[in-house]
Amino acid sequence: MLYDVILIGGGVVGCATARELARYSLSVALLEKTEDICNGQSKANTAIVHGGYDAAPGSNKAMFNVRGNAMFERITAELSVPFSRNGSLVVSFEESGIPALLALKQRGEANGVKGLSILGREALLAREPNLNPAVQAALDVPSGGIVCPYELTIAYAENAAQNGVTFFRDAPVTAVSRNADGTFLVSSPAGAFVARAVVNCAGVHSAELNNMVSEEKHSITARRGEYYIVDKAYRDAFHSTIFQLPTAMGKGVLIAPTVDGTILIGPTADDIPDKDDTRTTAEGLARVLSRAKRSWPALPARAFITTYAGVRAHAETDDFILGEPADAPLFFNALGVESPGLSAAPALGEFLAQSVAERLGAKPNPAFDPIRPGIPKFRDMTDTEREAAIARDPEYAKIVCRCELVTEAEIRASIRRPVGARTVDGIKRRTRAGMGRCQAGFCLPRTLELLAEELAASPLSITKCGGESRYLESNLFSGKAGE
Amino acid sequence: MKRELTCIGCPMGCRLTAEFNGTEVTEVTGNGCAVGARYAREELTNPKRMVTALVRVLGMERPLSVKTEAPIEKRLVFDCLAALGAVAVVPPVRIGDVILENVLGTGVNVVATEDIGS
Amino acid sequence: MNMKTKRVDLLIIGGGPAGLAAACAAREAGVTNLLILEREDALGGILRQCIHNGFGLHTFKEELTGPEYAARYIARVQELGIPYECGAMVISLSPERRAVYVSRTEGIVAVEAGAVILAMGCRERPRGALGTPGWRCAGIFTAGTAQKLVNLEGRMPGKRVVILGSGDIGLIMARRMTFSGAKVLACVELMPYSSGLKRNIVQCLDDYGIPLLFNHTVVDIHGRERLTGVTIAEVDGKKQPIPGTEREIACDTLLLSVGLIPENELSAMAGVALSPATGGPVVDETLATNVPGVFSCGNVLHVHDLVDFVSAEAARAGEMAARFLSGERAAGERIPLIAGNGVSALVPEVLSERPEADVTFMFRPRAVYRNARIAVFRGGKQLAVKRARILAPGEMAEITVKQDAFCESEGELTVSVEEVGA
Repeated sequence: MLYDVILIGGGVVGCATARELARYSLSVALLEKTEDICNGQSKANTAIVHGGYDAAPGSNKAMFNVRGNAMFERITAELSVPFSRNGSLVVSFEESGIPALLALKQRGEANGVKGLSILGREALLAREPNLNPAVQAALDVPSGGIVCPYELTIAYAENAAQNGVTFFRDAPVTAVSRNADGTFLVSSPAGAFVARAVVNCAGVHSAELNNMVSEEKHSITARRGEYYIVDKAYRDAFHSTIFQLPTAMGKGVLIAPTVDGTILIGPTADDIPDKDDTRTTAEGLARVLSRAKRSWPALPARAFITTYAGVRAHAETDDFILGEPADAPLFFNALGVESPGLSAAPALGEFLAQSVAERLGAKPNPAFDPIRPGIPKFRDMTDTEREAAIARDPEYAKIVCRCELVTEAEIRASIRRPVGARTVDGIKRRTRAGMGRCQAGFCLPRTLELLAEELAASPLSITKCGGESRYLESNLFSGKAGE
Repeated sequence: MKRELTCIGCPMGCRLTAEFNGTEVTEVTGNGCAVGARYAREELTNPKRMVTALVRVLGMERPLSVKTEAPIEKRLVFDCLAALGAVAVVPPVRIGDVILENVLGTGVNVVATEDIGS
Repeated sequence: MNMKTKRVDLLIIGGGPAGLAAACAAREAGVTNLLILEREDALGGILRQCIHNGFGLHTFKEELTGPEYAARYIARVQELGIPYECGAMVISLSPERRAVYVSRTEGIVAVEAGAVILAMGCRERPRGALGTPGWRCAGIFTAGTAQKLVNLEGRMPGKRVVILGSGDIGLIMARRMTFSGAKVLACVELMPYSSGLKRNIVQCLDDYGIPLLFNHTVVDIHGRERLTGVTIAEVDGKKQPIPGTEREIACDTLLLSVGLIPENELSAMAGVALSPATGGPVVDETLATNVPGVFSCGNVLHVHDLVDFVSAEAARAGEMAARFLSGERAAGERIPLIAGNGVSALVPEVLSERPEADVTFMFRPRAVYRNARIAVFRGGKQLAVKRARILAPGEMAEITVKQDAFCESEGELTVSVEEVGA
């Protein structure tokens, strides 16, 4: 199959770039290694749109963070993704930390971040009464925000697909090489793909791909972060995202309210040998808790819904490595996109797409539609809106997930839409069914039935996340009796 | 020979020690009351169990829940389940309907414990 | 708003054993305009999937299976002509007793009720809440979800099973999985004792040679996509894993029986004060919550062991709701109760100053007590005492105080337990 552009990696960068490429008259395909898009870092991070004070001035991280941050109102409005500019606070518990806060402020200003100021203890506690009263001062970052990273990724993908991008899932890329005519041969068990240009946004595995086509070798260190999720009952405990100023004791952990009303606590940062090892560990989780208590002494340990871990792609340069290597024209890298990757994604997508389009001499696509309507969410509706939704689609009257108030209509839609869900985790990320406090204890049986029905498959074949992750071993009564 | 068992007669869960010669229980100690003595005797000489199980329903994927109407010998439980595995019921079914008569010659019927079909 | 609105005297949220018994009692006490709302497709609640026997010894003097017990009450509901809607999930409840529900047959409907009985039951604590580290793979189920899959849908979750938690649900599922052709490798229990019935230990574990490991827990989970095994370890007095005691059990299914949590989301919406001790509403001896006209019973109030006690409690709630509707109100202030030594999850938690009948207090013993004495004191005076050969956390305990005993005393009321020796 011949495409103008092939993207390798279905995370937020890949999906954002795919959507931006759809603005041009190009044939575009995205290859995702696993059974679903948004299966790597993009689904397991702190869900923050960073202010941009953290990265070194002049770095790609700094530039794309700030540029991307400014795009979030427009992008999330176009894609119907919830976003809140709730502000960030970098908190210091010692007076001796104030110079470091000032240094962050200066760095932020050098990066073009607006509105930074230092808050004193009283103002801080008035704003966030649940903060440890030992707090001394904080850097106030009004441009900080929060977004749901998987909703954003999936929305980008749907909009891309809506505008003609083809998505291949279960399409791991085993090799990339050059054909004689200069096109790329992208090999996968899912097929042999040929492309004029390749965008490498393969997360923790992106260096491996780069090193297949370029002598400018790079290496990615897999850096795992573990988290707790706190029940929505505590949604009002904090409003802004609380960072801890790094001290001699190490980088702190965050208290991170989400757009969904939960609070994320974490992450750790441990380098691991297996890039796909997303396990949580007793020791890592214990560290998260003890550090988080510094910010939130009354952290309600009995109110955890679940834990998770994500693995970041850290490049040896400590920065995003973007664009064509000198010796690999038309191979566009997005290597080492760890934090602030989510914040930078809209800008990275735009940049990569524009770079590719320019190099390919692409014309604009007049039919491009930037608007992606989301699946109307029953839980966010007023009763009057619910009544109207049920009148349009009676399946809105069938609640499947009690904790998150997700209806059958939404679950079916999440399967039927472009790049739709084919697994229980896929439904989870597209609708929140199963993400609530009972963790799918109530909704799992019905979710399995719905997937089986929509996919015309046996419930026995339905998986959590592809591969061997089936839920059901067999039917109690296999075969037929009395015949 | 000495046999140890836990009485299930009440929450005390007395730890019983019984003298069992293979056919008869000659002595029971450790019991807090007469229930324990009786339980040890029965449990060692002729242990019985109620069996609750699931049976296939023709034309449906959901099963039918059933039970033995009385306890049957403990050693027959798995054979009873096997016998029920060969059964398929045709709806409608009502609570109490005999699903399998005189299971394994015990004189005990297996009956439906729920209603299926209108 | 022109949403379809029903007006009833009594709304019962939940059509399981609590809701059914409450509805029957209210109807028998004269309430005719009542409605049961049940979210599943049939009445019966959790009893539908409890196909084992052991239900009804007190209520019917017979040992029934769960579905049979439910069928008795469902028949009575139908006999009494009590209206009910299945497939109807209540999504909001206001302090003014206005509920909104959605159902596939009626769409979205509001109900304005003169009184409400909360009977929503409870949910299970999941792996996520335990924070068990390791892979987040398929093959981990709470015992009740697995029970639903097997007993109501005829689906086997797996073939080689480890069970965490030796409460009755875990024990029952050990037997059910064994009967259904799986191999249950172990039941792992954090505490030094089981909260399940002795009968279930013998007939669900011992009968099948399934080892019961006290003072152990699961410390790691293996399998990227589907479970391949768990690591268990012994725990110390503080329930912390003891290094060096870890061992792996290869398995494809982990069933969790690690706690039931009353489902009080609707109660909270209605402004009902909840008790941290029970997880359920704070109620007085009439099962009334702090919101006028809102009553509570069954597992949503406090987790029960015997459905017979649920039915009795729910019948009382039905009667009390009927009295409330006919204008009777409890007189005087409410006085707080103190859960004293050895007493946890005390219900009721507040008391009318002048109760109009004998009051039965129910609670969970905090530990195992042998040759114990349960006593109720008020202002230093003993109002009631009861001896018990054994008290255990797995068995709800109770003590009744006669009505006149309240009149002759004053001050704080305490329920406590102590071991007194043989």
